[in-house]
Amino acid sequence: MKAAVIVFPGSNCDRDMKVALELSMGAAPAMVWHGDSVLPETDLIAIPGGFSYGDYLRCGAIAGNSPIMREVVKKAASGTPILAVCNGFQVATETGMLPGALLRNANQKFICKDVNLKVTSENQRFVGAYETNQIIRFPVAHHDGNFFADDETVERLEGEGQIAFKYTDADGNVNDGSNINGSRNNIAGIYNKAGNILGLMPHPERLISDQLGGIDGKTFFDNLINSLN
Amino acid sequence: MKARVTISLKNGVLDPQGKAISHALHGLGLDKIGEVRQGKVIELDLGDISAKDAPAEVDKMCTQLLANTVIENYAVELLD
Repeated sequence: MKAAVIVFPGSNCDRDMKVALELSMGAAPAMVWHGDSVLPETDLIAIPGGFSYGDYLRCGAIAGNSPIMREVVKKAASGTPILAVCNGFQVATETGMLPGALLRNANQKFICKDVNLKVTSENQRFVGAYETNQIIRFPVAHHDGNFFADDETVERLEGEGQIAFKYTDADGNVNDGSNINGSRNNIAGIYNKAGNILGLMPHPERLISDQLGGIDGKTFFDNLINSLN
Repeated sequence: MKARVTISLKNGVLDPQGKAISHALHGLGLDKIGEVRQGKVIELDLGDISAKDAPAEVDKMCTQLLANTVIENYAVELLD
């Protein structure tokens, strides 16, 4: 089992991602610089959170056009699993690997806290550790996490089981009150049609030990790595 | 030759920054102001690109990088 973490100038969760993967894999992932044009042999590619290129132009826009991303898009198309977290999710939408876009949070604030998420899909590779409709907690830390897509796309995501997580309250109510950032249909994470790419705003890699406040993220990574072994 | 690209959010796409500007204008007593939408302007020096090729070249730049057509519209103005 081999994994790669893409590192952009301004990534700041790349090492968190490395620690989380290493803890579950027992081996360190390759750290791949954005300017490289060759990917090492890998069974999983993680696009980490941060502020690639200072969020210039649009979040993820410049990273999405970096040399390594052309290779990542090719690998994704051939079925390699991709985990795109926070800024990584923004990069993935900018490349077109995932539909929609991430807008400024509706309340205009940077939101940094643990949030409740409802697991809304049955994708075994990414959420096999959880029951459908289970409520889990991951941290979020973003200013531009307001998921937007047109009506037709949102309907398709809903209809085809492509929504991984929705923002909810602790009782499982998915509504405006539990929608932290204004995302359409409370969407916190989605898959591509083939189900090999997961993009999500929350950070599973930040909740991988009791010392960090919980292990809901560790469960996520353990399942992901097991499913690929 | 230069080009000026004006990028704006599509209708129906929430613009919290535009809303904040609108609130601030109201706070200044300019309460007749209705909706405010914020966009951006990018000026490009087109170097050796000919006037004939410019429209297609700039359009390509817009769709590939400068605008995200999921959420944004763009308009191109070519300047001498």
